[in-house]
Amino acid sequence: MQNNAIEKPNVLRVSDATMQFGGVVALNNLSMEVRKGEIVGLIGPNGAGKTTAFNVITGVYPPTNGAIYLNDEIIVSNYPQGKMKDLYAGENRGKYTKAKTLTPDKITKMQVARTFQNIRLFKDLTVYENVLIAQHVKIRANWLTASLKMNYKEEAEMRRETLRLLEILDLLDVQDSVSSSLPYGKQRHVEIARALATDPKLLLLDEPAAGMNPQESDELMRFVGRIRGDFDLSILMIEHHMQVVMGICERIYVLDYGKLIANGTPKEIQKNPKVIEAYLGVDD
Amino acid sequence: MPMEFEYKKLNKQTKMILTILLVLACIIVTYMLDKGMIGTSYTVRIVRISVIYALIGVSMNLVNGFTGVFSLGQAGFMAIGAYSVGVFTIPVADRANVFYLVPMSEKIVNVELSFGTALIMGGLLAAAFAALIGAPVLRLKSDYLAIATLGFSEIVRALIANNQMWPFTNGSLGLKSIPSFNSLFVPVIISVLGIAFMVMLINSSYGRAFKAIREDEIAAEAMGINLFKHKGMSFIISAFFAGIGGGLLAVHLTAIDTNQFKIMVTYELLLIIVLGGLGSVTGTVISAFLISFGKEILRWFDAAHYIGAWQIPIFRPGLRMVIFSLLLMSVVLFWRKGIMGRKEFSWDGIYNFLRKWPWVVKHILSGDYEKASREKRKVKSDGRATDKAGRAQSRLKIKKQKEEDSRAK
Repeated sequence: MQNNAIEKPNVLRVSDATMQFGGVVALNNLSMEVRKGEIVGLIGPNGAGKTTAFNVITGVYPPTNGAIYLNDEIIVSNYPQGKMKDLYAGENRGKYTKAKTLTPDKITKMQVARTFQNIRLFKDLTVYENVLIAQHVKIRANWLTASLKMNYKEEAEMRRETLRLLEILDLLDVQDSVSSSLPYGKQRHVEIARALATDPKLLLLDEPAAGMNPQESDELMRFVGRIRGDFDLSILMIEHHMQVVMGICERIYVLDYGKLIANGTPKEIQKNPKVIEAYLGVDD
Repeated sequence: MPMEFEYKKLNKQTKMILTILLVLACIIVTYMLDKGMIGTSYTVRIVRISVIYALIGVSMNLVNGFTGVFSLGQAGFMAIGAYSVGVFTIPVADRANVFYLVPMSEKIVNVELSFGTALIMGGLLAAAFAALIGAPVLRLKSDYLAIATLGFSEIVRALIANNQMWPFTNGSLGLKSIPSFNSLFVPVIISVLGIAFMVMLINSSYGRAFKAIREDEIAAEAMGINLFKHKGMSFIISAFFAGIGGGLLAVHLTAIDTNQFKIMVTYELLLIIVLGGLGSVTGTVISAFLISFGKEILRWFDAAHYIGAWQIPIFRPGLRMVIFSLLLMSVVLFWRKGIMGRKEFSWDGIYNFLRKWPWVVKHILSGDYEKASREKRKVKSDGRATDKAGRAQSRLKIKKQKEEDSRAK
């Protein structure tokens, strides 16, 4: 199985990404990859830099040093500049010489979608509107033709696609509820539906099972497995629930204090002494 | 009477007939006002200013209420539009009289444009200025953006009154002899067209993107919406219509000077959109009329009133604004979301609003206030739900039926 995975092409490759805020190195020299069709887990204790890694991948902020490749094409690259020249405390200084940054919307257009740790739905809008808005990324008409309803075919297509998505994800019955009025678990589903509406190839899930009971997280696990097949996705997920991570992920990366301390299959990770130490501490 | 109130929809034909009737009524009222059959020229003036403020109010709501960008530059854009129309529509013969201190620049002294051309030029000029300042200003957030745009509108005012601009704008002397509207229909139709365009924009995919930005910028960006592009789009389109509105205002007043475009104008517009509901077009239109008429009706308080021979001391000029402020304060305190909140006018809404009162009154009479308020809220939450979900589900049912049919074959 391991060999099989290696033959598949890379969807995402993070190469020596370091993120330093002032003097704090939140992410230190992270290298990882997600292959086509894989579900990869990113775990680590609180403050290990998991969400920072997500933010770097999705362009919320450019890394201080390092590069990110999507389908083996460089999308983001940076090296210590300005104040960071003196402050930089990470590794691999001088390995990267190109500075290229993309804003999150551009990265979303390259078929990378994400969800957020603290759900960020468009609160006052309905579920239907939330999913419909995400289709805006595919729009071809400009503001003038769109206002004058000259793109009615496209508009109808967007609405049809929204209904189709809602049907697949079992959200039809709540489509007209205001999204903030839904229970927590449903809101997560809506957020994933919204991310899927941007037509991604790579989906980043930031703690999808946070705050869920075992039954709900079981359901979520099945849900994630299902959408991978239905939408031909590769998935990278941050998760705290070990049950979820071990149950669904094919490979796992473990972060601690911004550094990658282990990676491998769930079984390997469970036995890894470094991981046990990071999670449980060690007797002196 | 059933125990609980149920949301009911009107059928399509009824709604269509009602809409046609409403439009006809508006046209007839406008016509009668225009021909002097009802009201006085004073009423016509108030209606004119109301429709102009409605247009500018909606343009401001597009940025503030729908895109969530707190911009206070509207007076500046209005000034640009007003001066474009003013400068170029004053008849050539009158120009020497208007520019009596510093003669008008030779480059433009013989250039007279038609009202329509000048109006569109004013709008485009305002939009161009918006594009120019948008690039730096839209990178700011909330209060900072408000201060920067406020500063911009003051700069525009100062620029117009500037010494070097005298040959073009007549500086602080202002412009007069601007030809007035020849019919009430002119401002009404221009406003209606402008508002209709903005409504269509709001209902398009771009309008939804604006709303997404208002709800959550980070999520909107993660959904592939380019923040800068969309904010700029909304800002520029808003400035265009503010420029058009300013042009209409110049024609309405026939005489303008830079003092008419002080920050107070922006505040007045802010008041209109907050009172109407940030994020509601119909709310803005209603409140533009309410405030314009309200301010005139309250003039009663400014006049002197007597009981017998004794003059009541508090009735003197200025009381109007005190009363006005008190009314506003109470509205903001008790009706925080404004008249319409984020909802829009709909016949179903009106119909059910009227229908639900027997239930509310029944519960109040029986002392069950909680139930009464629940009943009151019901329309708000359930109204939309029954509407769209029903439609979608029936559509799906049809689809499934078809699939089964084809399988059976």
